[in-house]
Amino acid sequence: MNIVVCVSHTPDTATKIVVGADGKTIDPKGVKFIPNPYDEFAVEEGLRRRDSGTLTLLCVGDDSAKETLRWGLAVGADKAVLIKDAQRNDSFSVANSLAEAIKGLSPDLVLVGRQSIDYDSAQVGPMLAELLDLPVVSFVTSFQINGTTLIAERDVEGGKEVVETTLPCIITAQKGLNEPRYPKLPDIMKAKAKPIEERPAASTPDRTRTIGMRLPEKKQGGKILEFSPENVRELVRLLHEEAKVI
Amino acid sequence: MTILAYIEQRGGQLKKNAFETITAARNLAASTGGKFSALLVGDGVAGLASQLAPYGAADVIVVEDARLAQFSSGAVSTAIAAVAVAESANVVLISNTLHGKDLAPRVAVKLSAGLVPDCVGLDINDGNVVATRPVFAGKARVDVAVTTPNKVFSLRPNVFTATAVEGVSAAARSASVNFGEKDFATRVVETKLNTGKKDVAEADVIVSGGRGFKGPENFNLVENLAEAFGGAVGASRAVVDAGWRPHSEQVGQTGKTVSPSLYVACAISGAVQHLAGMSSSKYIVAINKDKDAPIFGVADYGIIGDVFEVLPALTQEVNALHGK
Repeated sequence: MNIVVCVSHTPDTATKIVVGADGKTIDPKGVKFIPNPYDEFAVEEGLRRRDSGTLTLLCVGDDSAKETLRWGLAVGADKAVLIKDAQRNDSFSVANSLAEAIKGLSPDLVLVGRQSIDYDSAQVGPMLAELLDLPVVSFVTSFQINGTTLIAERDVEGGKEVVETTLPCIITAQKGLNEPRYPKLPDIMKAKAKPIEERPAASTPDRTRTIGMRLPEKKQGGKILEFSPENVRELVRLLHEEAKVI
Repeated sequence: MTILAYIEQRGGQLKKNAFETITAARNLAASTGGKFSALLVGDGVAGLASQLAPYGAADVIVVEDARLAQFSSGAVSTAIAAVAVAESANVVLISNTLHGKDLAPRVAVKLSAGLVPDCVGLDINDGNVVATRPVFAGKARVDVAVTTPNKVFSLRPNVFTATAVEGVSAAARSASVNFGEKDFATRVVETKLNTGKKDVAEADVIVSGGRGFKGPENFNLVENLAEAFGGAVGASRAVVDAGWRPHSEQVGQTGKTVSPSLYVACAISGAVQHLAGMSSSKYIVAINKDKDAPIFGVADYGIIGDVFEVLPALTQEVNALHGK
C-alpha cells in the first residue's frame, strides 16, 4: 500500500512561550523543535501498513523542518519531501501545499496527526479531504482494512463511534492508535545521508490574519489552604457561596 | 452580517453546546445589527426547533434525509454549505465538538471561507469579528480576523454561556439539499455510548486523579468525590499510560480538552500537557501535598495535603452540603 504521511515540525510541548517582537508569533530563540507528537502515531501506523508499498513523508516548513523529516527517515520512511515555505501560513495554505504534493503521489492512504501542537487547529485532515475529494475519518484510535473498506473507531463525547469508509482516504491519528517506535542510532546516522526532495509551497493567500498574540492572564492569588477539617469545610463554603459552582 | 448557527444534535438530542451556539449567534447578530438563523441537520429532527426558541432562535432551517440518521461529516458539511449559500449567510458558527472539528474545516473550504477554530471569545471591532483562541496548549492566546468575505468560527464547548430570552417562538422551515453519493462516503455505522458514566468532555464538574493515588484501587476516592459533586472522573496522562484508567478519561494535550465549571485536580502536579486540557475551566481546585506543585499556580482554590486524607473529608463535606 502506498502511503503519504504529513508531518509537522513543532516546538516541544515543554517550551516556555515568549511572544516575539512582531507581537503575533512566538519568539523562536532557544525553542527546541520536535516532530509533532500526533504525527508520530501517523508515521508509526504508516510503517505498519506499508507492506511492499512506499511511505512518503511530506512536511511544509523551512530548512529547519528537515530535522523532523530526518527523524521520519530514521524510523523507516522511504522518501521525504520538504515543501518549502519560509514563513508560517495558516492551516488552509498548509493544506493546499500538501494537497498539491499528494495529487502527484496518488496514495492509497494519507495519514496525518489529529492536530499539530503549536496552533492546535485540527484543520488540515478535513481540509485535505475537501481539496482532494477523498473521505476522511479524524481522531482515529484504531482501524481495520478489508479490501478497499476501512473501518475505524474513534472517541467522541460520551462514547465511541465506528466509522466506515473506502480507500483511498485520509485518517487523522489520535493517541491510542499505536505505540510509536524510537529511531535507532545507526538509522539516525544513515538518515543523515538520505536525500530530501524539495518543492515550493503552493502560493495560496492566507484566509485569516493574526492580530496579536499574548500570554493568558495569570490567575491572581488563588486561595490555598493547609489541610485541616476546618479548611476542607471552608473550601466547600467558598465553592458554594463565593464561586457558586456547587 | 447574516449568521448561520449549525446546531449539533446526536441521535435526536440537543446538548448544552447547541444552546451556547445559538446564544453566540444571537449576541453577534445583536452587536452588528445582523440577523441569524439556526440550522438542524438529521433525520426527523424538525421537532427540536421548539427547544431553540427559548434561546432566541426565531428562524430554524431544517435539512432532513433518512441517510442522515447517522452522522456523516461529508453530507452534513455539504448541507451546512448549501444552506449558507442559499441564505446568503456570511458567518457560520459551529460548536467545536468532535463532530464540529470534522465539519468546520470542510464547510470553510466549500465556502472559500477563512476559519478560526476553537474560539473562546468573539468580539466585534469596526464591524469585523475578532476571534480569540488558545494556542500552544493554552500557553498563549491569539486574536484572529478572517480576511475572506465568508467566515467560519468554531466555538469551544462550555465557554460561551447559553442565556435564554423571552417571547421568541421558533418557526421551522425545511430546506432541501441535493446530496451526492460521495457525500456519504464516510458514515458512522455504530455509536457505542458509555453507559452510566459521565464523560469528561460533557461534565460540568470533573474530579481528576494523578499518580499520587499510588494504584488504580485507590481511585474510588476520586470516584466518590466525583459522585458527591455529580461530576465525572478524569485522569492524568501518567495514570492512563500506567493502565489504571481508560484513555477516554484522560484530560490534557493527548487526551480531552475540557472547560467545566469546576475542575478538581487531585495529586496532579500540573505539567503543561495537563494544563493544556483544563486551563479554560471556570474554577480550578488543586489538592496536592507538594505546596510548590505548578497546579497551585493556576488554581482558584487549593488544599495542601495528602489526597488520602483530604478526599474523604471533602467528599463528606460536599455530601453534607447536599444533605446526604
